[in-house]
Formats: sequence, structure tokens, C-alpha cells
Amino acid sequence: MGESLVQVRNLGIGFTSQAGATLPILQNIELAIGEGETIGLVGESGCGKSTLALAMMGYLKSGLQVLKGGSLFRGVNVFDMNERALEDIRGGNLALIPQNAGQSLTPTSRIGRQIGESVKLHTMLAKDQRRERVIELLSHVRLPQPEDMLERYPHELSGGQQQRVAIAMALAGEPEVLLLDEPTTGLDVTTQAHILELLRELAAETGTAMIYVSHDLGAIARVSDRIVVMYAGELVLEGPARRVLKQPVHPYARGLLLSIPRLKESVVPTSMPGRPPSPGRAGQGCGFADRCPMAVQRCHDEKPLLEPTASRELVRCHFHERVELLSPAEPPRRPNRANVDELDSILRLDDVAISYDKPGIVDQILGRQPNVTPTVDKIDLTVRRGETVGVVGESGSGKSTILRAIAGLLPPRSGTITYEEDESLNTSVDKRAKDLLRRVQLIFQNPDASLNPRHTVAQILAQPLRLYFGLGNDQLRERSVALLERVRLGADYLERLPSQLSGGEKQRIAVARAFAAEPDLVLCDEVTSALDVSVQAAVLDLLTQLQADRGTTYIFVSHDLAVVRAIADRVAVLYQGRLCEIGPSENVYRFPSQPYTEVLLGAVLEPDPDTRPALVAEDVADLFPPDKGCPFQRRCPRRIGDICDNETPPWQPTELGHAIRCHIPLAELHRRQEQSANTAAEKLEVST
Amino acid sequence: MTTTNIKHVQKKSALARPLAVLLAVASRPSGLVGLILVTFHLLLAVVSPAITPYDFKEMSPQLTLVGPSFEHWFGTDNLGRDVFTRTMLGGRQALLVTTIGTVFAITWGGLLGVLLGLVGGRLDELLMRLVDAFLCLPWILVLLLIVVIVGFGPSVMILTLGFFFGVPVIRMARAATHDVVALDFVTAARARGESRSTIVGRELLPNVLDVLLVEGAMRWSWMLLTFSSLSFLGFGVAPPTPDWGLMISNARGYISIAWWAALAPIVALSSLIIGINMFSDALAKALGIDRAQKAPV
Repeated sequence: MGESLVQVRNLGIGFTSQAGATLPILQNIELAIGEGETIGLVGESGCGKSTLALAMMGYLKSGLQVLKGGSLFRGVNVFDMNERALEDIRGGNLALIPQNAGQSLTPTSRIGRQIGESVKLHTMLAKDQRRERVIELLSHVRLPQPEDMLERYPHELSGGQQQRVAIAMALAGEPEVLLLDEPTTGLDVTTQAHILELLRELAAETGTAMIYVSHDLGAIARVSDRIVVMYAGELVLEGPARRVLKQPVHPYARGLLLSIPRLKESVVPTSMPGRPPSPGRAGQGCGFADRCPMAVQRCHDEKPLLEPTASRELVRCHFHERVELLSPAEPPRRPNRANVDELDSILRLDDVAISYDKPGIVDQILGRQPNVTPTVDKIDLTVRRGETVGVVGESGSGKSTILRAIAGLLPPRSGTITYEEDESLNTSVDKRAKDLLRRVQLIFQNPDASLNPRHTVAQILAQPLRLYFGLGNDQLRERSVALLERVRLGADYLERLPSQLSGGEKQRIAVARAFAAEPDLVLCDEVTSALDVSVQAAVLDLLTQLQADRGTTYIFVSHDLAVVRAIADRVAVLYQGRLCEIGPSENVYRFPSQPYTEVLLGAVLEPDPDTRPALVAEDVADLFPPDKGCPFQRRCPRRIGDICDNETPPWQPTELGHAIRCHIPLAELHRRQEQSANTAAEKLEVST
Repeated sequence: MTTTNIKHVQKKSALARPLAVLLAVASRPSGLVGLILVTFHLLLAVVSPAITPYDFKEMSPQLTLVGPSFEHWFGTDNLGRDVFTRTMLGGRQALLVTTIGTVFAITWGGLLGVLLGLVGGRLDELLMRLVDAFLCLPWILVLLLIVVIVGFGPSVMILTLGFFFGVPVIRMARAATHDVVALDFVTAARARGESRSTIVGRELLPNVLDVLLVEGAMRWSWMLLTFSSLSFLGFGVAPPTPDWGLMISNARGYISIAWWAALAPIVALSSLIIGINMFSDALAKALGIDRAQKAPV
């Protein structure tokens, strides 16, 4: 490690509240980044990680002020610099790659011009050399046909390509430090894996130091040499990536790692109790004391200092040497349902096709359907009573669309949806009987949007109770309190508004509202995606408990494969609205057979330095499914020929209750997988 | 805790918000001034009949166009009537008609707008085009036409003004509903099987109410101006009922020799309108509605 490029010294940043008090959101930050180093900055939402990263560039969001200390770039405090000097180092020496590249690119100007502007601003190149440089940058970020790229507009690129362009722009000034603020959040798993590999390679090629800010330990693990864990505006642990991920010596880091669901095992991860203090509200003691399993009185009274450990970490905990001795809490077991096949079916989808296209006026008069490829097609799925079926796929794969069809919000164009063998669910919501509506409930992704901000918890829970059971005011309260207890909240929550609840509490209320109807089938649409990991674990645990108590059936849709692994008995893999594979999750995760499942599972990042993603296919997904043939034909690494383009692959049973859609015979698929695994291993050996 | 207790708490929180909003309005200097002006005018309209020094109809031919004096603070008009008395009473009819008219406009325009925002589709398309067409009409002429045909009693004025001012509210409410209708809690209510009226009343209205309130405050001041304009043209109130618009109209012929007769109603009318505008601006800010982005239609 060379001399420090960026050094944050005793930095404190805060804001002035309406009452006039100064509330710190960052405190006592000490951090040094050497040349060519990659640092991962991790923490849950609201811990101040983005504020810290932006402060290193001398940028503060409006309303924030520096309370103490500063951040030095090559020995000069960025907060003492004048505008001119800041403009010079921003983009030139320190470059930022923001979260949403699509929004950071100007929609009306061509890619070539946008990158050209950065080149012009930060280099001395003559006009005719700039074009060359832009092409060089574009090929640097592995964009195919860089010359064509110059002429394109941002909307013509996929999310991953846009992020690559943003990286190319950041590299234009040949910066010494790249600040990456959640650069892969919101991208699909496969795209994320590719972008991270690119960043790793760039770091190795150019020797640029990187500060990688993310809530996702899996992504951090992939790119960082050192990891810095933040909690409630403070740095709580800093150390070599491997040590932090394998043996975290801070109880918060340990809890965070335990709450992340893993691909390898099908258990609901351990959640952390409580919630972090709201920004600026940390007390005088250790910020984590309220949630810490080993907190004693001293932790509440006295703020621990950041002290070095024997194993070269810096940790802010009075009792850090005891953290390793903490026995892991027994992970909640899911009831073992080996005999899923014998259960009777609660829901059956037969050859369901769903389309968002409405027939135009001419078609309506002629009474014909528009002849377009439906968004979701050929869905066959049987859900058995009391099981959890996970539906996984990338964004735009039609996961939520299927749920909307089952819920009656978007009736299918063809095929049948049957509830309990005899009732049709092809109808839309307003034509369904009240009792049928009651038995199928929906939980949404974002509790901020799914709870009416103007209703108190009591009013929210009263709605289904009134609608389905016609309860009067006296019984309402009793039932609401019982419901709150079931989601482990107290009666004192009844009078609160959603804005007075934390994200996890809001989602519990949303769960309680669904369960107020005493449903048989609950459709969960990405219910944990908007939550922090520690909260996510608690919600998953709650859902499994409720299922164990009531025998409820879940259809659990998520883009997060590890979460589905934690909760689902069976899993269905969806690509561009078509099913690829379905089977017991144990089988699917352990032996992914269908090529798309293989690609998808290979790209998952885990917070474990010993795993690496296997990138077997391109990450560029097409916007529309192909008219005929296999939906995965365009990206498939195992493509065999014209048959893939022209014929819909048949269902191919592999084991009991497990089937894949592929033209290649199963044995042949496995042989090919082995082959490519071997060549990958060889390549790795050659390179090391 | 018993059930009555929850109700009690809910009632409290239902009152707490308007109170908090009023406090937030009053905490801005412009909001405070606006609030004081509006309250002053409303109070005055209620108590003025009891406290006026003279009879507003009483004419004294020997005291026409007398300047401000100790007996007649704002002087007298061309018929020798006390301008102070008439100014105090001059806002009553206008306030009565426009307050009820605004409530009427906001109610029908708001409800229709929210409903159209929810159902969408062809009905929405058709009605919105009608609204567009309607907004093209030179409204003062149409108003005059109606008033000439039907007459201008207070109830006619309330209905006509309320109808006219409700039309643009449809658009506003519809746009505000579009922001809310896409949110998951509305989808959740639909998926639950709630009726359309429940969705409008329970899910949508509470969330567009803020916009409607601000819109109402703004429309109120415009309606006041419209009413006064009609009255200025001689179609607002029947003489001898005092009204600011009519008073200005009467006094304008003598403005060079008796400025006071015109000034008093002008100051009264403008102070009320400025007060309402300041109040509605502060209200918008207190409710977190950025009028710069959501320009009134």
C-alpha cells in the first residue's frame, strides 16, 4: 500500500433540526485509501455511507454541514478548496459513478458526445484525437462495436450498457479514485455480475483506487480488498475483506452476515432484533447497544473507540474479542414437507397467456385479438395446499404479471386458472365472489406504497375485516390486536400512521392486512426487496411462522435467488414470460439443469470470498420474447441449432416433480456443464 | 383500553392535523398576514350589521360627496350614504356567494375528477374533451348571459359560479388522482374487491384532499374577483344592497372629486383577495404542494 490518496480525518457531518439542535449523521470517521486499493463501504440504509462517499469529493447534500474534521485528497482538505480546485479534482482525480446510470446520462445527446465532453474537460487531447479516445474508452468497458455505440442515444442501451457508459465517462479523466455509489443496485443478477467483473478487471489494469459503496455484501465481497462496515453514522469495523466476511469481530457485522440468506442452504436466516437509531439520534453510548446480544451497561454509557485488533482490523466495540465466542442462534427450521406431491392442489394454471396489449378499436369492432406475442405465455403450474412456490426471474420476466393475473387484476388472454379444482380464476376482480376474493390475498413489494399514508394502522386492518367479515367497531379492535400480535407488534401500533413506522414494521402491517382475510393462498410480490437485509430476515421468518400456524399456501415471487431458496419448497424459473424449469428447490438449486437456470444461478454473488460467479452467457437481454422457439435462444450458451429458434422446447422430466424445458437431453446437458466447468477451472489455473 | 378509547384517539388525530397545518401556515409571515386578513373579513361580515354606525340605505341629499370627517370616517357617496357603513357591509353578499360557491365547485369538480382519474377509459376521455371545450368559452360573457336570462339572486349566483369554477377543478383533481391511483395501496384495495365508492372515499380522497384544499383557496379568490366584476357591471347584487363591486362602479364617475368613495371598497376588496392569496400560498407550502410544479389550469 502506497501513500494515502484520500484520507478522512475525524470527519463529522450533520444537519440542524427544526428545533435548532445540531444532529450528527456522520461521526468520528477515520479512513485512509491508498493507491490502487479497493475499499468496500457497507451498511444498511440511513447509515451514512453515501454521505461519506460524497464528502470525499467535497460534496454535501443541501442542508448538511461539516461539523468536525475533514477529508484530504493528496494532503489537501477538500472542504478548504475553492470551486475551481474542486472542479478540477472532481472527474479528473476523483470520479463518481452513480447508482442509476440511466438517469445520469443526458437522454437527448448521443453516447459519443457525452463521453467526448468528459474527455474534453479532463484531458488535453486535440479535437481529432478525442474520438479515438472515446472509442478506446468504450472498448475498455467491453462494449461491443464501440464505433456504433457513439451514435446511439442512452435509451437505446440496456441498463447494463448504460452503466458501462457511465463507467467509461468516469474513466475519461483517468481518475486516481473511483467512487461507486451502489453501481449495480437495480440491475439484474447476471448484469450485476458482469459489471462487477469489469470493475475488477479495470482496477487491475489501470490501478485506480475504488471506493465501492453498497448495501449488498455479496457485491462488496466480489470487488473489495478491504471492507468498512458502517452503522448509525459511525465506522464500526474495518479490515481485510476475507477477515470481515469470515470472522467479523463486530457484533453488528456478524449479525448482518448471518441475516443474509445463502444459496447453499435452505434455512431462513437469523434476523437482528430492533432497528437502527434514526439519523442523528444515536445516543451517547455505542450506537448498536440496543440491538446487541452482548450489550452490558457500559455499552449504553460509554462510546467505544475504534481500536486495532491482533488480526489487523479496526473495530469499535468494547468487547470485540468476545464476538467470535457468540454462539449462532439456532436458525428457524422450516417444516419438512417431503411429500409435497401427495398434497391436493389449490391452484392450477394451464397454458396461461397474459398480454398487456389491448385490442385497438378496429380489432374490437371485428372482435379479434391483436396478433402480438404475449408478455407471458404457456404457463403450466400446479400449486399444492400448504406449500411455498418460489417464482424467480430477472426484471421483465413476467413474475409479477402472473400474480396480477391470479389476483384478477389482469385477466389472462388464454388458458385457465383454476382454484381448488372447481372455481375459475380467469375472471377479473369485480366479477369474483367475495369469499373467493377473501381466500386469495396479495402482499406488495414496497410497503411505502401499499399502505395508504393517510390511514392509521387500525384503519388499514379494519378494511379487510369490514369487507369480508362485516365486523362492527367492537370486534374490530379485538381482531386487529390479535392480528398485530401475530405479526409480533403490540396494540400500541393501532393509532400510528405508516410514516411513523420503520420499513420492516410497515411490511409487517401489510402482512397483517393480508392475513386479516384468513386467506388460503397468499401471493407475495417481491415482499422483501425494499427492505434491509436484517429486516428481510425477520419478515421471512414471520412468513414461515404464519405458514406453519395456518397452513397457508404462498406463491413467492422474487428476483433474489437466495431469498427464494430460504423460503420456497418448489421453485419455478421464468425467462421472458416463459417457464424454463420447475422442481423442488433442493434439486433446482443443487443441480440446475436448464441452461438459463444455470446462467442465473451462476451469476449470484455471495458474501463469501471463496465463491466466484460463473459467467457463462452474455448479459444483454432482449426486450421482447422471441415469436417462436425457445425463449432463451438468443443468449443460450448451450444452443444446438435451428431447432432452438423454431420449436418450443418440450417439458423434459428429470426427477420426481422436477422438469425442464430444453431440446437437449438431460444427460447431454450435464455432460456439457461438466465440460465447461473443467475448462473454466483450467483457465483459472493458467491465469494464476 | 376500550373501543371508545380508540375512537377518541382517532378523533383527536383527525383534529390534530388541521390544527397542525393551521399552525404551520401561521408560522410563515405571509401566511400569518393572510390568515389575519381573511379572519378579519369573515368576522366583519358576520358582525357588521350589528355595529355599523349608520343605516346603509339612509340618504342625506345635503351631505353628498362629503370628504372623510369625524362623523363620516370614509366620507359619503353621491347619494349622501355613509361609505364606512357601506364598506363594512359590502363584502357580505360577495363572501356568502363565493364561500358557498367555492365549496360547491370543489365538491362536484373534485369528486368527478377523482372518479374520472380512477376509471379512466372512454368516459374519462370524452368528459375531459368536454372540459377542454368548456374552458375555451369566454366565461364572463357566458356568465352575463346566464345572469341576464335567469336573474341574479344569491342562489343563482352560487350555482352558476360554483358550476363554472368547478370545471377546472375536475382537471386538477384528476391529475392529482393519477399520482395516487398507480400506487399499490389502491391496487391492494382493488384486489381486495373494495367497491368503487370505497376506493374513491377511503383511499383516494384523503390523498387528494390537500391539493383540493389549496385549489379551493385559490379558486375562492378568483371567484370573489369574478363576482365583484359582475357586480361592477351591474349584475351581482340588486341595489340598494351594498357591495364593493357595485360601490366602485358607482363611485368611479366622481373619482376625481370624491376619491374616498371609490378607495374604501377598493382597499377592502384587494385586502381580502391579497389575504386569500397569501393564505393559500402558505397553505400550499404547509401541505407540501409545490404550486410551481403543479400550475393551476
